[in-house]
Amino acid sequence: MLTFRLGAEHYAIDILKVQEIRGYEAVTRIANAPRSVKGVINLRGNIVPIIDMRIRFELAQANYDDFTVVIIVNVGARVVGMVVDGVSDVVGLTSEQIQPGPALAAIDQSCIVGLATLEDRMLILLDVQALLADIDSP
Amino acid sequence: MSEFLGIFVEEAREHLQEMEAMLLALRIDTVTTDDLNKIFRAAHSIKGGSATFGLNSVTELAHVLESLLDRLRDRRLALTTEMVDALLRSTDLLGEQISEHEGRGTVDARVVEELCERIRRLTESPASAASPIAPSTSTPKPAKPLGIEGVAFGFFDDAEATPASLATPPLPPSPSSIAVAESVSEPGLLPTEPRSNGPAPVTSAAAVAAHESSSIRVGVEKVDQIINLVGELVITQAMLAQCVDSAGTQRLEKLKAGLDQLDRNTRALQEAAMAIRMMPISAVFNRFPRVVRDVAARLGKEVDLKLVGEGTELDKGLIERIVDPLTHLVRNSLDHGLEAPAERIACGKPVKGTITLRASHQGGNIVIEVSDDGRGLSRERILAKARERGIAVADNPSDGEVWALIFEAGFSTADKVTDVSGRGVGMDVVRSNIHSLGGRVEIHSEAGLGTRMTVRLPLTLAILDGMSVSCGGETFIVPLTFIVESLRPSPESIRTVGSQGRVLQIRGKYLPMVTLHELLGMSAPAVGDAGVPEEGILIVIDTEEMRMALLVDALLGQHQVVIKSLETNYRKVPGISGATIMGDGRVALILDAAGLGRLAASQRRERELAELASAFPGATASPTSPALLTHRPRAQPELALS
Repeated sequence: MLTFRLGAEHYAIDILKVQEIRGYEAVTRIANAPRSVKGVINLRGNIVPIIDMRIRFELAQANYDDFTVVIIVNVGARVVGMVVDGVSDVVGLTSEQIQPGPALAAIDQSCIVGLATLEDRMLILLDVQALLADIDSP
Repeated sequence: MSEFLGIFVEEAREHLQEMEAMLLALRIDTVTTDDLNKIFRAAHSIKGGSATFGLNSVTELAHVLESLLDRLRDRRLALTTEMVDALLRSTDLLGEQISEHEGRGTVDARVVEELCERIRRLTESPASAASPIAPSTSTPKPAKPLGIEGVAFGFFDDAEATPASLATPPLPPSPSSIAVAESVSEPGLLPTEPRSNGPAPVTSAAAVAAHESSSIRVGVEKVDQIINLVGELVITQAMLAQCVDSAGTQRLEKLKAGLDQLDRNTRALQEAAMAIRMMPISAVFNRFPRVVRDVAARLGKEVDLKLVGEGTELDKGLIERIVDPLTHLVRNSLDHGLEAPAERIACGKPVKGTITLRASHQGGNIVIEVSDDGRGLSRERILAKARERGIAVADNPSDGEVWALIFEAGFSTADKVTDVSGRGVGMDVVRSNIHSLGGRVEIHSEAGLGTRMTVRLPLTLAILDGMSVSCGGETFIVPLTFIVESLRPSPESIRTVGSQGRVLQIRGKYLPMVTLHELLGMSAPAVGDAGVPEEGILIVIDTEEMRMALLVDALLGQHQVVIKSLETNYRKVPGISGATIMGDGRVALILDAAGLGRLAASQRRERELAELASAFPGATASPTSPALLTHRPRAQPELALS
């Protein structure tokens, strides 16, 4: 799993889905897009949409700084970029370490598959596929 | 092995097409051994290939076919119309059998056996050669449609080939092909074969289209040209590298010359690469002799099909997608445009009607015309129908406005829906198909003289000429084909309608005016203030529904842009047809005029609904979704500005 930081929280996604990690660059905004979709970038000739995870999870809007990175992930046949505050680590998790996500109405669970503990940190495991629901629905 | 099978299938399809074209061109009285030899060779190649790959059913039919052709070319038998029909039918069946082997669709073995039997009888019995009109009594023919029986059409006097061939023209999958298939399977007029109803024709059509898009055949000279150009590119690159390394006063000059050469090379290379995708439109046109022959026979009409400009080249992607709308237009012309022979004689016209398919290049467009010399569209009937359907029509509409009505959904002026089609049934689909290709359709019609449908398409789907404009800090591309003019408005030419609508007065006409970034739901521009129209530029664009004026900050320039899909990684965006990458590597969105028109219309409705809702706060049944309204709060302050 690849772990990354959003504000004070730690998240993790399946590393096999990750294509590359890039710095943040200016995007081109898209018409009538959801707020979390910042726009599209030119990734070596491909038009790739960029989703700001901080907006997606309604965290306090962090500023773009030198550590802001974009994780380019492959979801199905598509390529999508995720803006995060920083990439931390690559970790291996066993299934015992993972517990189901909290059943709380206050937390958006649509793309959270579980929680895991790693050296006092709580990792929130994300399902990348669910991110697409965001950009698919108009 | 499977890769060779793929090659065989492709070649076999080519042979079949060739056979069909040659069979259609045959004139029974003037047939030459040379023609027959060619047909024989095609059949023989299919037989040989299919035997190699163990496609036994194909081999069997091809063998029977070959025997008949062999006797024909040896002059042991004389060619009859019945044979031509049987041969045509067998090309259809062979095609289906090949599809079956690829795992798509099924072929009824009984049908094949019947056909083989028929051909064998034709091969063996000299009687049929002597009296082509009288079929042997035991022929298990499907019943002929009664209306056509007994009417002599010379070359067209068959009804047998119609049911199957009409059900299985290799049309690409699209709503209108389904519509065609449905209208064709109208019961009653034609003998219903088990194969021709149900979803089978549609699935096989889908499969065929998938097959077509998988590969492309290119002339060697086109490839050679590209290789040459790549060679030149390498030389230029070396030259540039040398320039950079070298010292001296002329270095910059040399560099400049090298860059110029690079520019020329890339342009030529681009053109050469595009040329690979270009195919002559004869690939489309060649289907029509068969379509016309079958439909004309069914309708009891005599038709001459003229093909003009078959060598005109257009993009392969377009070729595949234009077949369907064109087929529809041709069928329409046949069914409704052309009069029945009796009526034609009464009008003093030649008995034989003419349908002309014409392709040509005009500027950056390809223009395809389908014209007939039939009765033309009836103004009164279309207007009456429009009134009946409650479509708003101007008091004294121009012809063009009237003809445009037949593109309305579900609009048909046909007195009765025939088994071919009603004029207007599916015309809305034709138009939307053509629009989706970035083209448009125009109608010219004169009562008693005929109708001409003109389809204008861009040469290719991959590149377009566009005007780049900046608006709200972003760059957009407006396709040149949509731009009517652009102007810097004077304050007095802009009027307001109500509190929110603005219109532009131009040469006595009022056009609705919208601010581009407002329409696209983007935040207000950081620099400049497009809210004040006098400081921006207005681009008048022609959308499907209306003309409108689009307010942008500035025009940047005219480019050829390479279209990239937004859908690959994102999704379809209303008002945007794609994206492109600008010289600086940034992405620019390409506007879609038709979509913008719809977007503007829907936003207007929304706004009206929202106003209604705010006027009556108690009313909660507003159908507008909150998501669609999110751009409103941002848009409002600006509107107040104006």
